Amino acid sequence: MKTIIRLLVVLALALALCPAALAAEDGYSTSYTYNYDYWGDIRESPDAYRVDQVLYSTSLGLETPMNKPQSLFVSGDDLYICDTGNNRILQVRRENGEFSLTRIIDKVAGAQPETFNSPSDIGMDAEGNLYVADTNNNRVVKMDAQLNFMREYLKPDDTTFDQNLSFLPKRLVVDTSGRVFVLATNVNKGLVKFETDGSFTGFIGANPVTITMWDYVWKSFFTTKAQRSQQASFVPTEYENIYIDSEGFIYATNVNFEEYDLLYDNAKPIRRLNSIGNDILVKNDHYPPIGELYWVEESTDKGPSKFKDITVFDNDIYVAFDRTRGRLFGYDPQGIMLWAFGTKDNSEGSFLSPISLEHMGTDLLALDENGCSITVFTPTEYGSLIYKASDEYLTGKYDESADTWREVLKFNANYNLAYIGIGRSLMRQENYEEAMEYFKMAFDRENYGRAYRYYRKQLVERNIVPLVIVVAALLIVPLIIGRIKAMRQEVEAYERKKHRK
Amino acid sequence: MSARSTESNAAPGSFRAKWDKYVDSVRYAKHVIFRPFDGFWDLVHEHRGTLGAAHTFLFLFLLTYILKLMFTNFQFISAPLQYINIYEQCGSLLIPFLIICLSNWCLSTLFDGKGHLTDIYMALCYALVPFVIIQLPMIVISNLISFDEAAYYSVMNAVSIIWCCFLVYVALLEVHDYSPAKTLIFIVATIFGALVILFLILVFFSLLSDAAAFFISLYREIAFRLY
Repeated sequence: MKTIIRLLVVLALALALCPAALAAEDGYSTSYTYNYDYWGDIRESPDAYRVDQVLYSTSLGLETPMNKPQSLFVSGDDLYICDTGNNRILQVRRENGEFSLTRIIDKVAGAQPETFNSPSDIGMDAEGNLYVADTNNNRVVKMDAQLNFMREYLKPDDTTFDQNLSFLPKRLVVDTSGRVFVLATNVNKGLVKFETDGSFTGFIGANPVTITMWDYVWKSFFTTKAQRSQQASFVPTEYENIYIDSEGFIYATNVNFEEYDLLYDNAKPIRRLNSIGNDILVKNDHYPPIGELYWVEESTDKGPSKFKDITVFDNDIYVAFDRTRGRLFGYDPQGIMLWAFGTKDNSEGSFLSPISLEHMGTDLLALDENGCSITVFTPTEYGSLIYKASDEYLTGKYDESADTWREVLKFNANYNLAYIGIGRSLMRQENYEEAMEYFKMAFDRENYGRAYRYYRKQLVERNIVPLVIVVAALLIVPLIIGRIKAMRQEVEAYERKKHRK
Repeated sequence: MSARSTESNAAPGSFRAKWDKYVDSVRYAKHVIFRPFDGFWDLVHEHRGTLGAAHTFLFLFLLTYILKLMFTNFQFISAPLQYINIYEQCGSLLIPFLIICLSNWCLSTLFDGKGHLTDIYMALCYALVPFVIIQLPMIVISNLISFDEAAYYSVMNAVSIIWCCFLVYVALLEVHDYSPAKTLIFIVATIFGALVILFLILVFFSLLSDAAAFFISLYREIAFRLY
């Protein structure tokens, strides 16, 4: 009884206080693969990827098992694994779907020292030269394909680089012309950039410092100098991981942010940096690409998504690897979520401690740090159809793309992107009314508005005669009535006048 | 715009006379919203308004709000209709409205105001009229314009809200016969008063549930002992 009354009171208050009490559920899904609908609710979906195989130290035939591997790198059919704990790099080749160890890279001929000390990332330029971020040797080593030493990149001898810090390269990417971008531990000015000739030319893409009005007022007027020196100063944070896409843009993930910053997209956990370091990631969805939309804060395995790594397909679809839930989030070039799957668990297709992600074509390779395993995912028919449809759209085959999206809808009727794709194709065929229906189903306001404008124009053009008549009637009829009334009054006034005489 | 009262020919007290008075007071809203300073004064002090008309306007206001949520084109408002409960929506508007009327009336004693509770309620209901007359047509118009023309929609939305707020201010000023500055202070005080009333309701229900729980457990105890 007590609880019922309490409930009633709470209900009454809830009624009075919140204008629209929306049920915001925790996004924790019971389904393996899912997507978000317009309202941000989870819609279970068919699996976009299935586990093809899982590579362990034993299945690769390693004598010493992998120890805390940090990073993956793919070049063609070759997969490089940074076996950081064993100071070596494993080169694995994929042939007919089978992975086999081809080479163990543990020394560079002619380097000083020759061996690695915690190598944590590897990159390759267009000529096939390898670059290794040799973290605890404080260097990046460049070598040719036969592992002969070519060059090393050491701590920049420059005033902009804090000389008290040791140079600890953590992640690196190499662009097509051989420029090296290094993400170094404790460097918060952005990525360290080395030119092709090995010279240091500054930093790019620093995280802009965010300071709120309140912070400023509080720091300036309500704290003493002694207190201020105790507090952390406002410094930009460093990135978590980087990836360079086929066009030479660097994708960076960021995990150091306040949770409330995510809500208004101030945190920008995924960025696409252009050559001067500005974020140019396209965000055309109702929600920015932040991974999980809802979370419960108290529990340890919940919280906002923290992206450990990101990989970008050749068609600009990008996949981010969430450490919090061991989940992969795929986004299309417009920033619209394609799917999310994965969980933290011991079973196949889930992860213990996600650390790195790579792709071979549309297959995904996910590295688990503590599990020392690489899970290879291949797209299912459903996942392939999604890629096929967006590729067809990008190459201008709009009608084929619409047909493929119709196939996708047979698998998943809650797939908004499919409705938008079909709507676009219908709009190109000037079937605006039907296009509007599809856009409405996907809650795509802009496209709906565009289709509606054409539809309205068509409608007006077709019915111009009746419309003109109606408008004219609406304008003229009251005029005539007013005129008649005025005339009648005049006549009456005249009559009265005459009568009085 | 004249504020002429149409004299009723029907016998005083008859249904016809009441109806005429009601229709007249509804029509009087036009004068109130366009000539608020004069309109609100006559509304209460010259008894031009009726409670019936006030109820009508409040009802229309709620109706407009619901229709707006339901039928505005999704380009402008996309209310999650699968979650929306009409009673909840009405309650979320009606309950604060009534609490504010009450708190306003309570405080008018302290602030030396001249209005009765019915006067305040009536004036505030009349102040909601612009919302109805602008938003109802906007529901239709929203289905005729596209996303690019959203500016028209939002401007009209803003106009209706600002107009209503202005009318609420003038209504309180005229009903209580205050100076403009005093009215502002009074409005702030009213909001605080409303919060206090909410708190009291909370405490009251909490105590009530405790008391009920006590008697229920007493009854159970006795019943247990007897059997």
